[in-house]
Amino acid sequence: MIKTLKTVDSAVPIACWSCFVGHVNFTLFCPHCSKIQPPPGGDYYSVFSMKPRLNIDLDVLEREFHRLSRKLHPDRFALAQENEKQWSLADTALLNDGYRTLKDPLRRTEYLLKLHGTEIVEEHDTTKDNSRVPIDLLEEVFDLNMQLEEMRMARKTGYEDPELQASLTAAKKKFEGMLEAVDRDLRTQWKAWDEGDEPIRQTAQKAMVVLLDRRRYLSNLVRDVTETLGD
Amino acid sequence: MAQGHVVGIDLGTTNSLVAYMEGNAPVVIPGADGLNLVPSVVALDPVLDGGGKPTVTVGNGARKALIERPERVIYSVKRLMGRSLEEALSELKLAHFHISEDVEEGEVPRIQLGELRFTAPEISAYILRQLKRNAERFFGAPVTQAVITVPAYFNDAQRQATKDAGRMAGLDVLRLVNEPTAAALAYGLDRAKTGTIAVYDLGGGTFDISILKLNDGIFEVQSTNGDTHLGGDDIDNLLLTIALDEIHAEHGVDLRIHEGAVQAVRKAAIEAKIKLSTEKAAHFDIELPNGDRYQREISREGFETLIEQVLERTAGPCKQAMADAGITPEQIDEVVLVGGSTRIPAVHVLVDKLFHLTARGKKPHIELNPDEVVALGAAIQADILAGASKSTEEMLLLDVTPLSLGIEALGGTVAHIIQRNSTIPASATEHFTTGVDGQTNVAIHVVQGERELADDCRSLARFDLKGIPPMSAGLPRIEVRFLIDADGILHVSALEQRSGKAAEIEVKPTYGLTDEQVESMILDSYDHAEDDFAKVLLIEARNEAETVLAAVGRAPENPAWELLTEEERATIEGARGRLAEEVKEGEDAEQIRLATMELDHATRRFAELMMDAAVSGALRGKTMESAGEQLNEDVTAPHAMAPAEFK
Repeated sequence: MIKTLKTVDSAVPIACWSCFVGHVNFTLFCPHCSKIQPPPGGDYYSVFSMKPRLNIDLDVLEREFHRLSRKLHPDRFALAQENEKQWSLADTALLNDGYRTLKDPLRRTEYLLKLHGTEIVEEHDTTKDNSRVPIDLLEEVFDLNMQLEEMRMARKTGYEDPELQASLTAAKKKFEGMLEAVDRDLRTQWKAWDEGDEPIRQTAQKAMVVLLDRRRYLSNLVRDVTETLGD
Repeated sequence: MAQGHVVGIDLGTTNSLVAYMEGNAPVVIPGADGLNLVPSVVALDPVLDGGGKPTVTVGNGARKALIERPERVIYSVKRLMGRSLEEALSELKLAHFHISEDVEEGEVPRIQLGELRFTAPEISAYILRQLKRNAERFFGAPVTQAVITVPAYFNDAQRQATKDAGRMAGLDVLRLVNEPTAAALAYGLDRAKTGTIAVYDLGGGTFDISILKLNDGIFEVQSTNGDTHLGGDDIDNLLLTIALDEIHAEHGVDLRIHEGAVQAVRKAAIEAKIKLSTEKAAHFDIELPNGDRYQREISREGFETLIEQVLERTAGPCKQAMADAGITPEQIDEVVLVGGSTRIPAVHVLVDKLFHLTARGKKPHIELNPDEVVALGAAIQADILAGASKSTEEMLLLDVTPLSLGIEALGGTVAHIIQRNSTIPASATEHFTTGVDGQTNVAIHVVQGERELADDCRSLARFDLKGIPPMSAGLPRIEVRFLIDADGILHVSALEQRSGKAAEIEVKPTYGLTDEQVESMILDSYDHAEDDFAKVLLIEARNEAETVLAAVGRAPENPAWELLTEEERATIEGARGRLAEEVKEGEDAEQIRLATMELDHATRRFAELMMDAAVSGALRGKTMESAGEQLNEDVTAPHAMAPAEFK
């Protein structure tokens, strides 16, 4: 089930395994003999020949994803020699990971922030506190949690409280509205980052970290309310 | 070895098929009995000489044995593929075969048949070997490479078990393809479509739903969901349970203790189920051991009420798949129905409701035979992989992993590192460190599933990162890379970054066979594949020749013989003598085949004369049948003595 796979991680000049002509830049195929190359060092943006930006053209991204898939996919190397098979697998994983990250606005933002050395809390990182309540929401969250608990208890006893239901539905709507506001703010910061110079970018990065935290918190709340209301 | 055909195999719970690409169209390869479907049933009879190797029967022959000697027969083995002991036991509630008791924790369960024991992949390998032989017989050449389909919702262990079975059968499994995706390929081949399609696949033992986006030859799966414990088997079991209970209550006969009788009732239940897809009612009429008859009518309505709960279980996965793909029913352009169970009218009603079809003036696609469509798709994927044909060179399948991959974190919770519905191949890199000064290994537990707690997910592997240089706690930085390949199977590699040392990983799969075990289970025939194949060809060539010789031997009795010239008769006699000699003395299949063709050629005019006689006989008022009798019954028009065609 589990085997060791070696990948080559390198940004230094490297000779093509097939024709031995050296190449320096990020490349999935040898510019000289067009043979597939081991995964080159470089970020997801370079896979798609894109500049690292937060506003990207998703149609271009998809077209490039399809074009590269046709050339790199393991289905194209099913009968190739073992090394090419392995590189096709590793390159396509890189392509797919990159596409998955860049096409999603939040993953893209997190990724770009990470590229620029900003520490962000990852979804599944349990070592860091993932549940900081934004100060301005403290009171509302406290009330909401009480109501959610009440609702769950009522459910268990088979008792439906229409008032509670209405109140929770209203809360859900309110938090959804806040989510939308966060998304608008994020987009503003995207634009600032994409177009700004280094100091502006630094400011935007800090703002985005806060917005992402807030967004994560809000979407968890909305999820909890939806689940409690849902069944 | 020369590159032969790459075949596509649908290894089903109930039936299996093998197909290949003939020019621009996929075609199912029939077995020696002329039938496309090979029942996934294996009979294993012990050999009396005590050689240890059982006599194996696969397909229709084994299905007959199911009633005569059920204790030697295994069916629906797909339900046991990649299952742990506990899971296997719950799968077997209504099946008669037994899991051997002395299996240790973490070992692959073995099915006990008398004194023989088999793992599920071994049984599947027998089915695969039969399909391989059918294809070899058809091509007249060895077949060593295949694409095998699996339910989209199969987990890592189930996929690995399927690949292991392929290897045991002597097949290089070039790719595992998800069944609904294969079906989409079969439907999408002839039209370069753009749009979103949903494939609803309700087979014998599994249910899958996949949503795909088609774009200029690229089939991109958006999401998939399903249930690997849901299918036609469950419907059969409902009918079976009712019948057994009623027989017990009304006639005082407990059939459950007679395995053969249970199988007979199961067969009747399946027939009733099939009938109810086209008729308003079906009848049970079963003779009981005490001479009584159990007779009962089941109406279509009664049947639909009975199975409602089973069918309703497909709704949840469909809704989840749409939610995961971020689409509403209205955004689905086409719905394709796959799997024998989709012939049930109630399934059409449910699908219509789920995807709002009638409301939008649409109908589900059922143009291709739902039993064959997956195998046809597998043949197309085989052709894509072989890269040999113009008709598929623009096509590419981008599939997803059905289940999230996670690592057990502190407190038994799961940290998901590759989300479900990620396009495969996919990878994730995680960093680990030590918690104690001087610690030299770190244990990692990898699981698959959506639940929050590791105990609720499927355990894939536990492994130790060993050989970490002793350092202060928290200082080592071990990078572990998880990679899911294009078959949906996980690979893991690790590197200690401070020392640059590749950590030695000891892999302990929670379930599944080791490489060595698979190696030892490779079916014996594979060791002598070339020899065996030559023998098979020789036997077939001889049989063919014997048939033709027998037909020619009877030729002088036919009135048409008199119409031949002296010279023609001499040519036939000469060719016949040479073939007879070749069959008696020759060991070369090719020579025998050439001599057969020579005789066939020599008798061509005779065959035509016979046909003319038959036709004019019919014109004189005789029926074709009686004319046929004159020609001998085993001779079929148009060319009485044509040998089977070797392609």
